[in-house]
Parts: sequence; C-alpha cells; structure tokens
Amino acid sequence: MKRHLLSAGDLTRDDAELLLRTAEELRSLADRPIKKLPALRGRTVVNLFFEDSTRTRISFEAAAKRLSADVINFSAKGSSLSKGESLKDTSLTLEAMGADAVVVRHWASGAPHLLANAGWSKSSVVNAGDGTHEHPTQALLDAFTMWRHLGNLDGRRVAIVGDVLHSRVARSNALLLKTLGAEVTLVAPPTLLPVGVEGWDVETSYDLDAVLPKADVVMMLRVQRERMNAAFFPTVREYSRRYGLDGRRMANLQDHTIVMHPGPMIRGMEITADVADSNRSVIVEQVTNGVAVRMAVLYLLLGGSEPAVGATEGTNL
Amino acid sequence: MSDFLIKGASLLGAEPVDLLLSDGTVAEIGSGLSAAGAEIVDADGLVALPGLVDLHTHLREPGREDAETVETGTQAAAMGGFTAVHAMANTDPVADTAGVVEQVWRLGREAGHCDVQPVGAVTVGLAGERLAELGAMADSAAKVRVFSDDGKCVSDAVLMRRALEYVKAFDGVVAQHAQEPRLTEDAQMNEGELSGRLGLRGWPAVAEEAIIARDCLLAAHVGSRLHVCHVSTAGSVEIVRWAKSKGWNVTAEACPHHLLLTDELAATYDPIYKVNPPLRSATDVEALREGLADGTIDVVATDHAPHPHEDKDCEWQAAAFGMLGLETALSVVQQTMVDTGLLTWRGVAERMSATPARIGRLSGHGRPLEVGEPANVVLYDPAFSKVVDATELASLSRNTPYVGRELPGRVVATFLRGTPTVLDGKLQ
Ligand SMILES: [Zn+2]
Repeated sequence: MKRHLLSAGDLTRDDAELLLRTAEELRSLADRPIKKLPALRGRTVVNLFFEDSTRTRISFEAAAKRLSADVINFSAKGSSLSKGESLKDTSLTLEAMGADAVVVRHWASGAPHLLANAGWSKSSVVNAGDGTHEHPTQALLDAFTMWRHLGNLDGRRVAIVGDVLHSRVARSNALLLKTLGAEVTLVAPPTLLPVGVEGWDVETSYDLDAVLPKADVVMMLRVQRERMNAAFFPTVREYSRRYGLDGRRMANLQDHTIVMHPGPMIRGMEITADVADSNRSVIVEQVTNGVAVRMAVLYLLLGGSEPAVGATEGTNL
Repeated sequence: MSDFLIKGASLLGAEPVDLLLSDGTVAEIGSGLSAAGAEIVDADGLVALPGLVDLHTHLREPGREDAETVETGTQAAAMGGFTAVHAMANTDPVADTAGVVEQVWRLGREAGHCDVQPVGAVTVGLAGERLAELGAMADSAAKVRVFSDDGKCVSDAVLMRRALEYVKAFDGVVAQHAQEPRLTEDAQMNEGELSGRLGLRGWPAVAEEAIIARDCLLAAHVGSRLHVCHVSTAGSVEIVRWAKSKGWNVTAEACPHHLLLTDELAATYDPIYKVNPPLRSATDVEALREGLADGTIDVVATDHAPHPHEDKDCEWQAAAFGMLGLETALSVVQQTMVDTGLLTWRGVAERMSATPARIGRLSGHGRPLEVGEPANVVLYDPAFSKVVDATELASLSRNTPYVGRELPGRVVATFLRGTPTVLDGKLQ
C-alpha cells in the first residue's frame, strides 16, 4: 500500500482486499469485552478538520483510540472566501508535534493531495473527504458492508443514486467498486451527472425504475434542497418522484438487495422513512463498519506488518 | 549615447547581416559594416527580431507592489525581449481615469526598461455598470487606445455594444476577457472528464465561445474594432476564423501557456497551473497553434500575471489565477511554433511585434528592421537551452509554470531605441 490514502483509485485490488480482511478481523473486536489493541501505542494521529463533520471525526477518533494511538483533534476554520488558517502553517505545526498520521477533512478538492505532496510534512495523510473530490474511507466502509452481506463483489450490480456531481462518496465508490469487480450504475438527472462521466468506466442512467430490479445494492446519496435554486432540478417534489427511494420502488428490488446511505439522510427527499428503517437498510451498520475500516486504514498505513488482532497488551509493535 | 554595431545577426532568421544602431534608429544594414567608436555586439548564431510588443500584462502597480512593480515588470519584459508592454487596468485603484493611466505611463517612463502603454478600463471600477471616461483616457498623455476590463468580462451586451461604438471616436479597441460569468461561477479548471474526476468546478469552453461569438456580431453590427484576449479553446478559434472570413474587424491573441500546457496538469492540484482562462485540452492546444500559424490568431500576448508566493502556496480553490509569462514567452513560442515548423521567425516577428503594435496603435514599435526605423531590436539565441529556475527571474514574483522544465532559447540583447536594456543576457 502507498504511504497515503488520498484517493480510492490509489488502491490495488490486493490493497483493497487486505483492508477489508483486516477490517473484518478488527470488527470482531467490537464483540469483545476489552475493545482496545496496543497496535499503535505511542503513535499520534491528528484529526485535522477544515470542515465540520462530527460523525466522520468521531469515527476516526474511535478507530485511532481502539488502536491505542494518541489522538489530537484540530479544527480549523476557513473557506475559499476567507482563507483563514493556512493549510501550510497548520501542517508545519502538526509536523512539529510529531504527527504520524494526519486525517484531513477539507472543503477544497485536492487539499489532502497538497498536504501529502507539498513537502510540508512527513506524516501519512488520510483523506477524510475533500471538497467534491473523494472520500475513500467512506467507499471502503461501503464496500466492506456490501462484502459482509453479499460476499465477493465480482459482477455485483451497485446503483448509486442522486447528486453524483457534488458527491465525493460517489467518486470514491465508483473507483473502488470497479477495482473490486462490481458493476456500477450512476443514476441521476442529467444535471447532476458530471461532464465527462462517460470516461469513468461506469454505466449511467436517468431512469431509476429501470435500474432497480437488477441491482444488488442501492446506494442513495444525499441531495441538498438548495440545489433546486441553481436549477439542478425544479422542485423537491419532482426530485423525490423521479429519484427518491420509497416503499413502492423498494418492492421492485430483489430479495437480497440492500439499501445504503452514507448519511446524513434527508428523509422524505431522497429516501422515505419506511425504506430507511426497513430490514433491507444497512445504514446503521455502515456506521459500525466505519470504525473497523478506519482502524484497518490507520493500522496498515502506519506500518502494521504483524496481524492486528492477536497482539497482546505490551507487545512491542 | 553610444552606437552599437551588431555583427552577423540572422535578420528574421535569414542570412547573417550587420546592423548599425545609431541615434536611436537603425542607421545601416549590410555586410562587413564598420563604424568608428561603435560598441561591437557579436551576434553570430543569433536571430534578430524587432522589439517585442505585449498587448497583455499585469504589472500590478499601483496597489499590489508586493507582487510586481512597473520597475520589476518592465525588467522582466526587457529580459524577455519586449520593448513595449500594455499594462492591464485591474490595478488598485483601477486604471479607469486619466489620472491613473498617466501615473502608470509615467512610472513606465521612469523605469525605462521598456515602454509601458496603459490599458484603460471599459467600466468604472471594472464593475460592469457604467462606462469609464474612455475619451479622457484617450486624450491623456498616455494616449490610451486599448480598453479592457480584463480579469472581468464586459458581460452586459448593451454596455459592450456602447463601448465598441464609443471608442470609434478615437480609433480605440475593446479588448474583451471573454468569460460568461454565470457559466463560470466558482469555476476552477477546464470542464471536461478531468474536472469531474478531480472534483474541481468546471469552466466550460462555451462560456468563452458564447461571449466571443456575441462580441464578433456586436463589433460587426456597430462597425468597430474588437480584440479577443487569451483565446483558449478550439471553438473560439473557429468563431474568430468565421468572423474574419466575414471581413469583420476582429483580432485575437493567444498566450504562450495555452500553446504549451494542458489541463492534465491540474491533476497535481498545484495552483501554479491555475490560470484564467484555464489550461485546456491537447485538442485545444493543437487548434490554437494552427490558428496562430494561419493568422486566425493575430498575436501572442503573455497575460503575465504575477502573484506573491502565499497566493499560490495553498489549496487550488483558494489560490489566485494567473502565471508569469514575459521572460519565457519567446522560448515557448520557439518550442511550440518555430521548432515545430508552424511559424518562421518572420512570422514570430509579425505575431509578437508588428501586429500587436498595430492593434495597440503604437507608432514607435513593431516597425520593420530597416534603415531609418526605430532601433528596437532583440537578439535571440535559439540554440541555447535551459531549465527554468524561478529564482533567476527578474519578476518580483515566482509563479512560473515552467519551473524545472527545459525550454529552448535565450534573449541575449534587447535594444530600446538604440539603448541596450539587456546585453549579454543581463539587465542593463
Ligand atoms: Zn484576462
């Protein structure tokens, strides 16, 4: 594996499978009385958040702590308008504090890439979501969730539905699922598909009803109401009617098909409450799996060569 | 003022001749010339071109002297072989009054490294609402003939029409920065497959082309002169070609970086490659080169845009648009146009000296290298090759996209009205 995790596209199939297997081992920890491993004792993981995301930060924090790493949370304010805290100065500070890994969430696409490549710091960089670019650990936890339910993903059909244009989750999922052999169909109104999507090596469709009966996985993406003000779709009502997942549409799914959502959900917009709470929904499980996958990422990036589980308290890793 | 005898220069790439520069003019051209007391310049292997003229630079003074000053910007110009540069109006304060354009013009004269011809803003404060006092700027000591809101597009069709009409009174030209604002809100890079992958907001070609098409039609309708700044797409080249075929008075420029670099560089997320208009696809680059070769694109202009380090040492989205261009322009043109066989040195002289001077109505520049003409001369060594080192640049800023890249050629000497501003590759 590379030293950083910036894009889901950086992972080879071997890398991705190693991550999933490691996550599986680590997940079993959740069922044990002592939920902590010494694997990253003495290592420092910094959560560097330039954009609020409590759920992602908490997930990474829990992952690092269960591996006994020291965790520093650092939130920096700023936007493209008010540059605020400079990424460079912040990273120099973290470097001075001896960060081994920096988990970065940023409003600007490419910020983790810059952090890893500008020569400011020697830490491993984990992209925890950058702008409208990528969110590789989300893709890993999604793949992990699918894998647990469906087994090997070769030939499995995954429909990713909604605001693909602005979604870092969709980008990372498209890349990773392709690597794992799944067939991805992006479903959205034409306004919410990126220009050039023909080159992504995925299927696209404007017609949700045509895609659903064949899907093994339906992943609904969050759609912000405000997008209608920029003419991406006329009204929330029309969006829900054409691209929302409701009970009627759910009835057309195959028996084994699971429904996913990266959260936070807008119930009534892209997904109805009855679908989100149905037994097809694995949305809560995605959260649990998030911690296991992030443990695997930190463990493998920070050089864990021995098995993650099995190492006992006091082992010098 | 001492005389200079240039020995054995290849005039516009032709057979070597000697040139005697005396009293600010080209006094003699011939072989085996001698002149008592003249300083000899050995030009063996060097190409002699008329002093280059740039229709598009940002010298940043007044207002952003931390990025560039007229002094350092004109030093960079001289090092690049330029004897005249147009300074865009997006300074602080904006060059939208006779007072500010005269200030810039005066700063240029004081610096003395090349002539500085201020461009006047089309609208007050570049705000796109009311016409600036174009006539006052035209009548000022700076004799402004080129008007532009560059950095911003005159997007209002009525204002653009009026500006085109109004400048006819003093033979002016409106130089349009063609960028439909709504189609490019928060745009970061060329819209294409890569922008989608990188998650950077796309800048569609149509945002440039729609404005160019509209403006060509407006210029034809009111019978005025339009100049299109930094054409960057294949479609824009097509539209300009079409307008010219109609006999309309439309001229266009291309920037060196758009002749060489492509949007693939954005994948580094290094904002050194962030520029307005953005780097485009290889197909666009090809079309620009063809357009420049066949004369559809009249001139090469640098759009020299200095920025302090901190404005480029940050996230792509937060970084400033623009790149340096003056000191590398001729080298990039050699690599993309001359070494590829698309343009002769005579063609380069036309695109980088005669035509830009004509569009800008600069009477003392862009003249042929003939006896009796102003002694604005560049001596250029096309056989030289160097790796660009930003720390060696004369510009106050360092934001060149060519760092670490090998480029051919070197300006050995630049003469402004017979006085060397650069000699032996060094500023005088
Ligand atoms: Zn411009």
